[in-house]
Amino acid sequence: MTAVRDATAFGVLARERLPALYALARRLLPEDPEDLVQECLLRAFRRFGDLRDDVAAERWFNAILVNCAKDRYRAAARSPEVPVDPVDEFSLFRTIAAADPFPYSDSLHVDFLCRFGSEDLHAVLGELPELYRVPLVLVHMEGYPTREVASLLQVPVGTLLARLHRGRKLLERRLWDYAVDHDLLKDGDR
Amino acid sequence: MISCEEAVRRLWQHLELPATDAENALLDAHLALCRRCCGEAEFAVELRGVLRDLPREELPPGAAQRFEELISRLEGRG
Repeated sequence: MTAVRDATAFGVLARERLPALYALARRLLPEDPEDLVQECLLRAFRRFGDLRDDVAAERWFNAILVNCAKDRYRAAARSPEVPVDPVDEFSLFRTIAAADPFPYSDSLHVDFLCRFGSEDLHAVLGELPELYRVPLVLVHMEGYPTREVASLLQVPVGTLLARLHRGRKLLERRLWDYAVDHDLLKDGDR
Repeated sequence: MISCEEAVRRLWQHLELPATDAENALLDAHLALCRRCCGEAEFAVELRGVLRDLPREELPPGAAQRFEELISRLEGRG
């Protein structure tokens, strides 16, 4: 494979992947997705010789993007562990049932989730610490197998499961807080 | 029988990592008797569906143009 072929092939694959890379970058680093994608493209270009099979390009580009994001988090020294209590004890399911915000609803919990538009959900997810948001994004939104994410993030599977658990609990808590703060619980508003 | 707290933890874990038959049996036994955890299970699936179906952010035209310029420059280097 010649250098010219490499550069041309890189361009074709990079252009194909751009929309999905940008979307993933928005989820991983909401405040600066464009910069993250640019860094990913530069890094991918330098390492393009490592990509042996174009069929693997999606996973390959995504892995580079995740690594770029990890470097950003590390450089900013962000995302400390969240204290165990009281987050781990919070249950959104039970909180909704106890508050009963829509008394005439036959599907209280589904109705609660329906109050959230895409922008609301992006806002809540964007506020989660990266330590917990990244596993949630990769496993529950991007559909990566848990073991693959553990390998990508270079953590044991047990550690990843713990972060997923904590991330879910934080998400539940913040969904509730967001709903309260943004008047999403008023019956008949939406 | 496992506790409700343990059952809820396992509910989500089952969505994240394939469980063994023995682990499935423990959870199934709990769900067969606990109506509240059945509700939790349905809610977990709903919440996961909301996350999975969240629309992807579209690439803004300005950013697309800047990426195109970068890729073209890189191709020129090859």
